[in-house]
Amino acid sequence: MAKLNMVQAINLALMQEMERDPAVVVLGEDVGVNEGVFRVTAGLHRKYGAERVIDTPLAESAILGTSIGMALGGLRPVAEMQFSGFSYLAIGQLEGNASRMRARTRGLFSCPLVMRMPYGGGVRALEHHSESREATYAHFPGVKVVIPSTPRKARALLVAAIRDPDPVVFMEPKRVYRAFREEVPDEEEVMEIGRADVVREGTALTVVAWGAMLHPTLAAVDRVQAERGVRLEVIDLLTIAPMDVNAVAASVQKTGRCVVVQEAPRSFSVSAEVIAVINDKALMQLEAPVRRVTHYDVPTPYFGREMLYIPDEDRIGRAIEETLDFA
Amino acid sequence: MPLTTIESFSVSYLQVLDENGVLDRALEPELSDADLLRLHRFMEMARDSDQRMLKLQRQGRIGTFPLCTGQEAPSCGAALAMRESDWLVASYRERGARLMRGEPPTQDYLYYNGFEEGAAMAEPLSMRRTTPTQVILAAQTLHAVGIAYAMRLQGEKDTAVVTFLGDGATSQGDFHEALNFAAVWQVPVVFICQNNQWAISHPREKQTRSETIAQKAIAYGMPGLQLDGNDVLACYRATREALDRARSGGGPTLLEAVTYRLLMHTTADDPRKYRSEADEQAWWRKDPLVRFRKYLKEVKGLLTDADIERIQHEISEENKQHVQAFEARKDFKPDASFDFVFGTRHAVIEEQRALFLQDLARRAGAGEDGARTAAREEAAHG
Repeated sequence: MAKLNMVQAINLALMQEMERDPAVVVLGEDVGVNEGVFRVTAGLHRKYGAERVIDTPLAESAILGTSIGMALGGLRPVAEMQFSGFSYLAIGQLEGNASRMRARTRGLFSCPLVMRMPYGGGVRALEHHSESREATYAHFPGVKVVIPSTPRKARALLVAAIRDPDPVVFMEPKRVYRAFREEVPDEEEVMEIGRADVVREGTALTVVAWGAMLHPTLAAVDRVQAERGVRLEVIDLLTIAPMDVNAVAASVQKTGRCVVVQEAPRSFSVSAEVIAVINDKALMQLEAPVRRVTHYDVPTPYFGREMLYIPDEDRIGRAIEETLDFA
Repeated sequence: MPLTTIESFSVSYLQVLDENGVLDRALEPELSDADLLRLHRFMEMARDSDQRMLKLQRQGRIGTFPLCTGQEAPSCGAALAMRESDWLVASYRERGARLMRGEPPTQDYLYYNGFEEGAAMAEPLSMRRTTPTQVILAAQTLHAVGIAYAMRLQGEKDTAVVTFLGDGATSQGDFHEALNFAAVWQVPVVFICQNNQWAISHPREKQTRSETIAQKAIAYGMPGLQLDGNDVLACYRATREALDRARSGGGPTLLEAVTYRLLMHTTADDPRKYRSEADEQAWWRKDPLVRFRKYLKEVKGLLTDADIERIQHEISEENKQHVQAFEARKDFKPDASFDFVFGTRHAVIEEQRALFLQDLARRAGAGEDGARTAAREEAAHG
């Protein structure tokens, strides 16, 4: 057990998986000698060499396209997109080939690859370095989308992603990268992809959140619980697609009230999907309309204004209170 | 049957003023004293802004930004060769050209402190024809081709487009697609690759196995030229010739300006992870400003050391005032991000704006008007 931040925890997963399986390779821009712009790949190049820790030329489509080839050829590529804002150049390869290789070959070929990338705002970054576009990736059938919220979960989920038989888009909340440390076991730990985590058990209301938003959500929940003497349930979604619909449904069937929190713009988003699941599976138990706390449908503001737009403890807390008060 | 050579190619290199200040008089461009002094002033201005922004960033007074020190020549030389009505479609390491096109340094201070207000200007004409900083590598090269096509179709026969990219961007598909479209369409575009040797930590020789970047032009059917990117006279001359060709219907050109990023990629980068101080020192000895100052003093007799010191002092004072003006600015409307989502107001967006403002008002614990002021201040202090 060591206390690690999320960068160190992801690094531990990469180290151990590269040790365990010689088919695992890491590729991307500045991931080798420079050890990644966030130092996520620290020590890998020194330990495993340039053949397995590949500094590529600068081309996201090529990074993902060759990863598809590597996966078809028997490797387990972990491709880094330096920032999620540059990953859209790789979408042609992801949607057009990685997502459908298994289906179009009736299972003869598959693409066991991981596309990892830092995403999200709140770190005073330049344009294209602050978006939260998980819904875009979740909309491609055949692609799994995972967003960890803490160091320990990031480590255990990345291990699962690397071992997964299908393409996994692994989105790392860069605002959490160095925000805090958590005990991470030295020995192997794997968390199942497709399972949400109930991080607070309660009866009065369910809050669904993921990634960086889990933390202001927990702060808001703690405050409301202390002030009102109620127990609130918090679901950390972890896997965006395919979503753990049973966890969401079971919780809302029990509490009858729900707030969904996301960093992404409001419309056509993962929060809308959560609400659709509740509509399908828990409508008759609802005692209040489902509320959501989101970013707005605007191009991501530059960092001078960004904190006004990203949901925070205050907005989340207010939505929880109003939903509790709805009669 | 033996193989026969059906085509052979060569790549030329242009240098006018070498690193010791030795001039090739046959290649020296004909520039007026006024133009030479203007060129010098803006190169000094770009350097001073860069150094000042670095200090501001280290003091927490400005955000992360990419540095241009050492790369003043390609962008300033090109800007001098351009007409006001030409388009500049740049990336993010061309501060010199932007300044020469009429952008006040305040714009960069705003932009790199996270305000869209710093991204684009409507005046003068040269700024209306300068696209905003573009971060997705090589994407702008395709925009340049489209703009050139539009100019030609609309009868602006004398207008050309200059687009910039780096050595790293030459690996992106967009770059190759842009060269191909430009050549097929024979549009008036000058592609200037600032080969500064490093794409963050990735060295030029691992970016491409091509001996030169200029030779990539050959495959697409356009002229390519490599030049000394620390020699502003070569930069001017090459751009001018390429622009003349473009205006006379000769189509696009690829220029490879060989230069060096003397400082970090951005302020978040640490070059010690991947390159040596000796490597950097070797390039500091080729500093484009040192060479050009020497030319102005010794060849042209336009300036003395005292003149140069005075100009640097003036620029420094001017930039200081720009920083003060930028830091005094408080008129940042918090809901500005709702203003330009679409060209017309949309009910969904306006409903969200109302909720956003309501929320700010509630936080401020006052009426709507008081809240607007408070939120504005909050945004300004970010």
